[in-house]
Formats: sequence, C-alpha cells, structure tokens
Amino acid sequence: MTLKTTLTVNDQEHDLDADPRTSLLDALRHHLGLTGSKKGCDHGQCGACTIIINGRRINSCLTLACMHDGDKITTIEGIGTPEALSAMQDAFVRNDGFQCGYCTSGQICSATAMLDEVKDGWPSNVTEALEGDLELTDAEISERMSGNLCRCSAYPGIVKAIREASKEDQR
Amino acid sequence: MKSFDYNRAASSADAAAHAKAGATIIAGGTNLLDLMKLEVMSPDSLVDINRLDLKEISTTDDGGLRIGALVTNSDLAAHETVRRDYEVLSRALLAGASGQLRNKATTGGNLLQRTRCGYFYDPAMPCNKREPGSGCQAMEGFNRILAILGTSEHCIATHPSDMAVAMMALDAEVEIETADGSTRTVALDDLYVLPGDTPHIETILQPGDLITAVILPRSKPATHLYRKVRDRSSYAFALVSVAAVVSVEGGKIASAKLAFGGLAPKPWRNRAVEDALIGQEPSMSLFDKAADILLADAQGHGANDFKIPLARRTLKAVLRSATETAQ
Repeated sequence: MTLKTTLTVNDQEHDLDADPRTSLLDALRHHLGLTGSKKGCDHGQCGACTIIINGRRINSCLTLACMHDGDKITTIEGIGTPEALSAMQDAFVRNDGFQCGYCTSGQICSATAMLDEVKDGWPSNVTEALEGDLELTDAEISERMSGNLCRCSAYPGIVKAIREASKEDQR
Repeated sequence: MKSFDYNRAASSADAAAHAKAGATIIAGGTNLLDLMKLEVMSPDSLVDINRLDLKEISTTDDGGLRIGALVTNSDLAAHETVRRDYEVLSRALLAGASGQLRNKATTGGNLLQRTRCGYFYDPAMPCNKREPGSGCQAMEGFNRILAILGTSEHCIATHPSDMAVAMMALDAEVEIETADGSTRTVALDDLYVLPGDTPHIETILQPGDLITAVILPRSKPATHLYRKVRDRSSYAFALVSVAAVVSVEGGKIASAKLAFGGLAPKPWRNRAVEDALIGQEPSMSLFDKAADILLADAQGHGANDFKIPLARRTLKAVLRSATETAQ
C-alpha cells in the first residue's frame, strides 16, 4: 500500500507516493533528495533531523510524511544557500559553531525557529518569571537548544553563534 | 516497523469508529512512532486525528480552563492563562522533553505516553506490560529509574509524564468521547489503573474512546511549584518530581495539593499526605511527618532504593519553599 501526499517544502510542492511508514525525514532525504536534514538517532533524541513545519521546529524522524499533507515545511536547504547564508548560518561559520558538521543543519533549523519562540514570548525551564520580558542569556540558549546534541561538543561556539544571530535579528 | 493501514479521521465520531474497529489513534506520534520503530507496538491500523478541531484552550462556564486534546505541550506551556493562573502546569511542561518534542506532543498523547522502562522498550526481554505473563526482568535488573509506590510483583514501571503530575495537583478532569457519541468526564486520578496482575492495562479507556479535552477547575490563589530531580538538568525524565499548589493563611497551611512523578505507575497523589498538612503550622518536623505518610508503603528494588530518601528530601524542600513563599 502506498499513499499520495503533497509536501510543500521550501515553497515548492512535491507529490509523494510512498509507503505510509515513511518518516518525514526519509521522505525528504530519499524521495525528494533533500539530504541536508540528517538522521542521527532516528528516535527524536539527537535533533539532527530538526526541520521547521508551519513555523515551529520538530524532529522529522518522529513523524510520518503522510501526516503533513499541505503543511509548510522548511529544511536547511530553504534557510540559506552557500552564496546567500542566513544570519544564523553566517554566525555558525564565524563562531566555529561546528566541527564535523553532522548535527549542524539540525542545530541551525532549531536555533532559527527557537528565536521565533523567544520573539513570541515563550518562557523556558530556566526563565525566572513566567510573565514579563525575556532576556536570551546563555543559560536560556542552552536550555532551549537541549534537543540538539553535538558529539564534537562545539557547544561554546554554538551558543556564541546563536547569541550573535539573535542580536542581528533584533536590528 | 511493521506495515499498517493509515486513515485520517474526518470527525471525532470517525476516529472513534476506526479505533473501535482496532485502529490505534495517532496524534503527535512522538512516543507511538518511536515504539513502532522498535516494534514494541505494532498496530495494524492507525487513525490520524491531527486534523480534528481539538486545538482550542477556552474558559469554562465556572471560570476553569478547557484544554483541547490536540493542544501541543508548547502552546499549553506558553498560554497566557496557564502562565498566570496554573503556573505549576507551565513549569512542569517546560521541564519535560525538548523544544522540538513539545512542539509536536499533544495534551491527550502526553497523558497516554508509555513507560520508559528499558525492559518494556526491548522486545528481546520479557515484560509483563508488553507481553502479558512473560515475566519482569526489571525487578532484579536495571531498575534505577523505576517505581517505588503503587507497583505489583508483576511490574514496577513508572509513568513518565511531567504534565500529568501538575494536572493531578490541579484536580484535572479528562473528557472522553465514546464510540456511541456520548461524552463522559473522569477525574485524571481515575483515568489510570495500577498494574496489579494486569500491567498491560494502564487506563480505563475502552476501544473507541477518544480523549477530547482536559478540564481544570477555576484557579484559587496559591503558590505553585514544580520541582524535578533528574540526572541532567535538561531533556531527561524525572527521578523524582513534586508538583505543589499550596496556600498559607494566618501562619497555617490552608490548602495543599501535592502530586509526584517518577515514583509510581501513574502520576501519584495521596490525600492523606495533604490532610496531615492542612491546618498545621509549617515546620520541618511536620514535613517529615508528611513524607512518612507518602513513603509508608514505598518499596525499592535495589538500584532504585535511593528514590525513597530522595522523595523525602524533595518533598520537604518543596514544602519549605512553598510555605515560605506563601507567607
């Protein structure tokens, strides 16, 4: 049995005809050839597969492609290109926000959507007061990014890059 | 993963009909798909309820809050009313999982997530929950994260939710639509059943039942605290957690609602603990007495013995903070 699904990825519509078991991650990588999103653990623990759906970051390994008919999907390929990096990508390059690079597209998708959560005023587990203004401290960045692991432990560079990109974002 | 039929529910009645015919309901899928990949769960058929109109958070006639079953953990934690009037719930949600998972996980699904016991998760191991009657390796195995209260000789699994612990302290009710179209409401405490000799049965839900909402009663002025003790400070399950909604009047504890995570097969609440506190002046000896009541029947299995003193210390610390803040 296969299912027909229309996936809207980086503003392009793709018709998919796949086994219902196909995870969104496998659909992106194997059916659409968008290999920027990575498969690390395939169980939602590492964050390498993070993409943005309807403006919110999720683990693409823990959802089925057929559940996302018509949703607006953004992958790392839609965030920037080598010729035109997004501010977050540029900050990761300038601040050594990676070493081997395997987790990086997940880190960047996650961080990009995380800044929107901050703009929307969402508190985190380390936010002192649930109501009122938010300050994106390094502790806030680490807490909000805990769903993205980096085995090379480039965390200091990652936090620095996100801090810098968040400031550019405010300009 | 074993193959399955996939259907998208057009209405809650449609979802219930599919479920009654044997389909497993999928919402966020963050736990179910993980279990399906490992073949711990292998449903023949899935019914996807994500397009149903269950995403609203609204005020009830008596000033409480009705949370649709498909409200995501993120949206619930960030909701203005929840942050203001049900702080313990925001705090518990924010202490759970990761940003990505909270964006996908739903209110109904969070309540029904399965234990993270390593033996349940490993189909090569016997497990009375996964395969009734096969035995329990956790009793004498790696049981550091497992339960000390409400267990049986057949199962010592814990319920992993943070959200449900806060909801338990908030006297939440669960709204259930049944396959015949009727709706019933049960206390969250009554949704779950203890393992006894049927650890594979975790709730009172019948095939065709669909959780449509969680209802919180009107919030009263009180101090809200959620304290979670875990092996790392983010993105880890609770070893022990305490949700407390406490008020103090005239130097005495006027109300105390306490629920516990990481200790039992369900979010744990023991009214006798609360009764021992109400009307009393806060003191460390009083808090010790409350912990005595909570832990009277606690039973460790070796590696998780530490949870008994840890639960005592965490409860006392939470009660001290809550009563100091409330005064």
